[in-house]
Order: sequence, then structure tokens, then C-alpha cells
Amino acid sequence: MKVNLRVWRQTDPVDKGKMVDYTVEDASEDMSFLELIDVLNEKLILSGDEPIAFDHDCREGICGACSMVIDGQPHGPERATTTCQLHMRKFPDGATITVEPFRAGAFPVIKDLIVDRNAFDKIIQAGGYISANTGSAPEAHSTPVPKAAADRSFAAANCIGCGACVAACPNGSASLFLGAKLTHLGEMPQGQPERWDRVVNMVETHDDAGFGGCTNTGACATACPKEIPLDVISQLNHDYLKATVGGRRKK
Amino acid sequence: MHWTTELLSSALAHVATQVSTGGPAKAPATPARPKRPLIPGVLLKFVMALSGAVLVLYLVVHMIGNLQIFWGPTAINGYAEWLRTLLEPVLGWEGLVWVVRIALLLSVVGHIWAATVLALRAKRARPVKYAAGNKVKGSYTARTMRWGGVIVLLFVIYHILDLTVGVANPVGEHLRPYENITAGFAPDRWYITLFYVISLVAIWFHLKHGLWSAIQTLGRSSNRREKTLKAAATVFTTVLIVGFLIVPISATFGWI
Repeated sequence: MKVNLRVWRQTDPVDKGKMVDYTVEDASEDMSFLELIDVLNEKLILSGDEPIAFDHDCREGICGACSMVIDGQPHGPERATTTCQLHMRKFPDGATITVEPFRAGAFPVIKDLIVDRNAFDKIIQAGGYISANTGSAPEAHSTPVPKAAADRSFAAANCIGCGACVAACPNGSASLFLGAKLTHLGEMPQGQPERWDRVVNMVETHDDAGFGGCTNTGACATACPKEIPLDVISQLNHDYLKATVGGRRKK
Repeated sequence: MHWTTELLSSALAHVATQVSTGGPAKAPATPARPKRPLIPGVLLKFVMALSGAVLVLYLVVHMIGNLQIFWGPTAINGYAEWLRTLLEPVLGWEGLVWVVRIALLLSVVGHIWAATVLALRAKRARPVKYAAGNKVKGSYTARTMRWGGVIVLLFVIYHILDLTVGVANPVGEHLRPYENITAGFAPDRWYITLFYVISLVAIWFHLKHGLWSAIQTLGRSSNRREKTLKAAATVFTTVLIVGFLIVPISATFGWI
């Protein structure tokens, strides 16, 4: 199949960047979107051009490395699918596809389609963990977890931290990411000791990084390749309110 | 999680800077991060939710009070008088009305202030638009909150000049709401009625999202309740707005 690509090219963080048109004549409909760019890059290299830089790692839809906004949608048009799992059969033959990097003030472009997502790492460092003494694993039955809590925690733990929620959000907010991490840890008994510090520290780091506030548009949950539910943001607000106004957080 | 990206990014940034500038002479490329915001965004949203709740509660009382016009001039004019006698021994004539007005003013100022701060932050957080447009838009009502809010504010200003201060009203007599309303929405002033109808529809959009959004902001929504809460917000808003709409429409069509 033939595919026309309009790709954002930017040589470095200071470069202004522009859209460049490419055509791939011999694409296969069984290719993933990343493989399409691999093929294009091989041609670019052979013709002496700079290949298109893009993030990728596992190509199994579980690592959160691949990004890109395809035709105005983070990870492309298919629901609950990362770019690496998006196949060319989802596009018509001769399609013109626009490919851009994630756009957010907190995610500056490094090169072409690669953005700097360190802001997410900083948020995780601020509280997206539990502190546990190492040693032999304790007996699993010694810490009972209600089924509903385990299910909700699991659903939130699906978050791969790719940043599609930020890319889709009209406010450039990372609330869905924040909410996913807080729900994932907050539903578990192991997450309780640090729960109230976690929410305050993570929210502060989120704001520091230059992410915007949530207006509950729901765009994030629609764009999320892991279908993180919107109600994790309610959980985030709930925990923040309890920690600060409710005085649960010990200073 | 993105430790690989971190290593890569610094290396890439280094290489990339050299490519574009031909040497490390130019200043480092990382854009300046904004300073720590004074008030966390989540707290600003609480301000919006609570001030919005005050305004919605007022609207409920306002709407029910308006309906007195269907019981004739004495009913609604008497109601206007009665409102000013409420708690008179403590607050004096019209005291409660002024307490409510001050509470409303504070709520409106708080609501607009928080919205402005958040809107400016949002603009910084999403400085570049997508060439292909943002296809994952989220709900229409949510996306129209900011400009819709501006429309509602302009309407409220006109409405106060019309039926509170009276300068924009052909009668504009104090404590004579029946005469003011029937003259203000007289058939030959149909365009005023139309303006009120359009403004009330704008308020419908604003509240439909605002009510549910406030519940989510106060951490009271969940997956299980989301649909019910959204439906309840829509029904509540519709009843409220219809209750407001029937007064100017009835006045224009001479049903009062």
C-alpha cells in the first residue's frame, strides 16, 4: 500500500521545526506504524538524509516509550492501542497521515518526534513508590486486599507512563497520570503509610513541571492506550483534599 | 521508567545542539521551566467548585422566587418586599439581601480569578497546537467553559442593569418586579427576550459540565457513579434553566 506522511522534523530543541512530506510506496498493511517509519528511515539513510528520530522500545505496547500524535490523536486513531501496536491496515491505501510529537510545555521536543518526558520521572520520584524493607517476600495471605480494591489498583497500574494523556489534554495536564499512580498505590495496604505525603508531593511536582490544571474534559481517558478510567482524577482530588484541608498529612 | 529516555535525551540534546550551532558556543537548549506556582492547580479547582456551588444554590432560590410572577403582581411584588424584611430585627431592612449580594460577589470574583489563573497556566502548558488539530477533544460543554463563562458574565452584568438597578429597563422601578418584567420583556422588545434565551442556554451548557465537574473536583465521582452523576447534573440543569426561561417567554407572549 502507498502511504503519504507529513512528519514533524526538528533538528534539535532550539530549531523551529517544520512539517516535511514523505511517500512510502511499498508499505505493507501488516506493518506496525513504527515499522513504517523504520522502512522510511532506511530509505532516508540510503539517500543520505537524516532519519526521523522517534522513541520506541518494547514494541509490545507495554513499555510506554513510543509516543507521536498521529492525525491529531496520541498513539493514532485506534482505541486502547499504542503506536507500536497500531497497524497500517487501519489506514486506507493512499492515506495522508500527519505525524507530530506530543505537544506540551512540560514535554519539550528533543528532536523530530522525541520529546523529553523527564517531568514524569520527577513526579514518580516525588512519591510514586512505596518504601518497603527488602528481605524474603512475606506470606501473601498475611496482607489481605479486598477484591474490588485489587481490581481498581490493577486497572490504574496499567498506566505505562507514556504521556498520551498530556498530549491529548487541552490544558496540558497530567492529572490522569497522577491519578493513575495515586489510585494504583492508594488502593493497596502497602501504599497507606505514605499516602498523604505522596499526593501532596506529586501534585506539587506536577505543577512545578509546568503541567496545567484539569478541566475534566475526558480527552485524556479517551486517548489513553491503557484505558485508565477518568475517575482516578476524582481519587486524586479526594486524596489531595483529605491530605491538605482534611489535615491527614502530618507535617 | 524512562531512565533510558533520560540518558538518551541528554546525549541527543548534546549532539543536536552541536549539529545546529556548529559548536557548544550557543546557550543550552533546554527551555526555562516555569517557577513553582503559588497555589496548586487542584486547590484552585476547589475554589472553582465551591464558589460555583454557592452560585448554583443561589440560582435555585432565584428561579423558584421568579415563579411567583404566575400568581400575579401582588405575589411577586410582595415577595420582593418580604425578602427585604427577612431577618430585619438582626440585619435591618434589606440586610439579608446585602449579605447574599456580598456572598455572590465574592463567589463570582473567586470563580473568575481561579479560572483565569488556570486558563493562563493551561496556555503555558500547551503552547503549540497540533497541525492536524486535536482530534481527542473531550466533551463540547467542557471545552466551552471558558468563553461560555465570559458570555454568562456579560449577561449577568446586563441582567443586573436591567432588573436590579433598572437603568436598562423601560420601567425600572424599585420593588416593582412585576411591572419591570412585563415591560422589559414586552412583545415589541422580543430581541431582549431572545438575548435572555440565548444567555440561559449558555448557562445550561456551563452548568451541565460545571455541576458534574465540581463533583469530580471534590473527589466524589467514581466509575460506578459517573453516568448517574452526569445524568443527574443534566436533569437538574435542564429543570433549572426551563424554570428561568418560562418567565421572559411568558411575558413576551402575554401569558402572565
